[in-house]
Amino acid sequence: MEAAMGLMRRIPPKQSETALSALLSLLPQHSSDLLSQVDQPLQVLCDAECGKEFILCEYNRDADSYRSPWSNKYHPPLEDGSHPSPELRKLEIEANDIFAIYCDQYYEGGVSSVYMWEDENEGFVACFLIKKDGSMSGHGRRGYLQEGAWDAIHVIEVRQEEEIAHYSLTSTVMLSLTTNDESSGTFNLSGSIRRQMNMDLPVSEGHLCNMGRMIEEMESKLRNSLDQVYFGKTKEMVCTLRPPSELVQMKLPDS
Amino acid sequence: MSDEEESGETQLTDKEKIEIAKWFLLNSPVGEIQYVAKDVRAVLKDERVYRIAAAEAFPLYNKSHMICLEFPDRSGEVLVTSFSEIDKDEYIDPRTTQVAIVDHVKQVCTDARPANDDELPSSYIEEYRCALDAEVIKYVSEAYPKGICCVYCTNGKDVEEPGSDFEFVVVISAARLSPQNFCNGSWRSIWNVEFKDDLQLVEVRGKLQVGAHYFEEGNVQLDAKHECRDSTMFQPPDDCAVSLTNIIRHHETEYLNSLQTSYLKLPDTTFKDLRRKLPVTRTLFPWHNTMQFSLTRDIQKNLGLESSE
Repeated sequence: MEAAMGLMRRIPPKQSETALSALLSLLPQHSSDLLSQVDQPLQVLCDAECGKEFILCEYNRDADSYRSPWSNKYHPPLEDGSHPSPELRKLEIEANDIFAIYCDQYYEGGVSSVYMWEDENEGFVACFLIKKDGSMSGHGRRGYLQEGAWDAIHVIEVRQEEEIAHYSLTSTVMLSLTTNDESSGTFNLSGSIRRQMNMDLPVSEGHLCNMGRMIEEMESKLRNSLDQVYFGKTKEMVCTLRPPSELVQMKLPDS
Repeated sequence: MSDEEESGETQLTDKEKIEIAKWFLLNSPVGEIQYVAKDVRAVLKDERVYRIAAAEAFPLYNKSHMICLEFPDRSGEVLVTSFSEIDKDEYIDPRTTQVAIVDHVKQVCTDARPANDDELPSSYIEEYRCALDAEVIKYVSEAYPKGICCVYCTNGKDVEEPGSDFEFVVVISAARLSPQNFCNGSWRSIWNVEFKDDLQLVEVRGKLQVGAHYFEEGNVQLDAKHECRDSTMFQPPDDCAVSLTNIIRHHETEYLNSLQTSYLKLPDTTFKDLRRKLPVTRTLFPWHNTMQFSLTRDIQKNLGLESSE
């Protein structure tokens, strides 16, 4: 398994789907571990009844069907599919509505979904997902990207003790962006990172508020990290391979 | 999911396993194939299949990455490329006129022999090749801290005098491996140079490829490619060498600039098409104010329309 995860860290992120299916066929006995530990771009289905799309993941799957957060029904229909309790479903509905607005504010498009379920420790787990297609043919407002994808998966475990709740967040962001033009050819950056954050917060403002703030903070950190650290390192590498000569005029100073 | 359902056919055929192993090996980032090989071996748990896959994948990987190997007697280096391939394990270095015998899987040069006359270009061609080689070496040593280059005649090496066409390939390769810093990268240029006698023209086509992999607690890769064309007059060897090298220098410098521009644009333009740093309101999302949203769902639609820029 360790070797399998090692491979996933080296294979070009754009090929991660092919890599995962190769590993699944070589190691069928580890399939549940692989599926839960390996990050994969998210898929989307349309809930025709509600006229909205929803994201597919392990957390809304039962057998081969997926539960829509809008209608709470399984697609394709499933007789004994698992559902959250009515109380949790209420929270889930609210979460989906609010998260959709958050998604629109930051992503100017994209699809979001939230799934919740009770866990064995009298707490619950919530999964917030976002899928954004930023290509010029998708929701890329400014038309810079020939291809662009941002997939975010935030899983929060919640445990409440009187007035304080413990939140344990694991976030994964996978992204890919490609620009293509005559003068500079094809430029593609892609990658995935995963981080964790734990917080203890009062329940007075509500779980959604607490979870939402954690996610927002985490996403901003990840975005900055990807941009400055990760992409920055690849840029540093390029300049190390072939340093820009002093004879060349830099258009803008390095900020 | 359906993988459990397919357990009736869990056993992959050897051929399928070999293809999968090859795929992983071929897709290794620069300088990482040995690490990938170790992991592939562990996942396959089948030495025989691994050996077959490695024997097929390593040569392709080595040629595609144009790896540089030292001669056993340290008399020079040889680049493993499709242009320098004499035989599947033999690669020529025109500069030292030696042919290297190579172990692809171990990625070492195990032996060397002098090149035969029929493996080398004619003296007429060699004049051009050598002059170009000398100019390119100068350029590469100025522009690349750790660059390697070579010029091969890929067509017409037996041409003895003016009146025929011939073709060269200039290969430039620079790799920087820093596994301890979780970062590896490479720059590869392949310049096709066609000497057209009837037109008295030399046509140049360049293919530049840059890659980088940063993997400290994550996995991010850059994959950038560019193609360009140019031409110059057919002149005596030394003059040709200088103009051709100028062309190469010019295009490669421009390409580096455009890469830097792409990076500069990232934070505020390209990345923005994926996710903004902040909403249009320039404030954090008001999670506590959920009431506001159930009452003002319509205003939200307007907000959405207003996010211009």
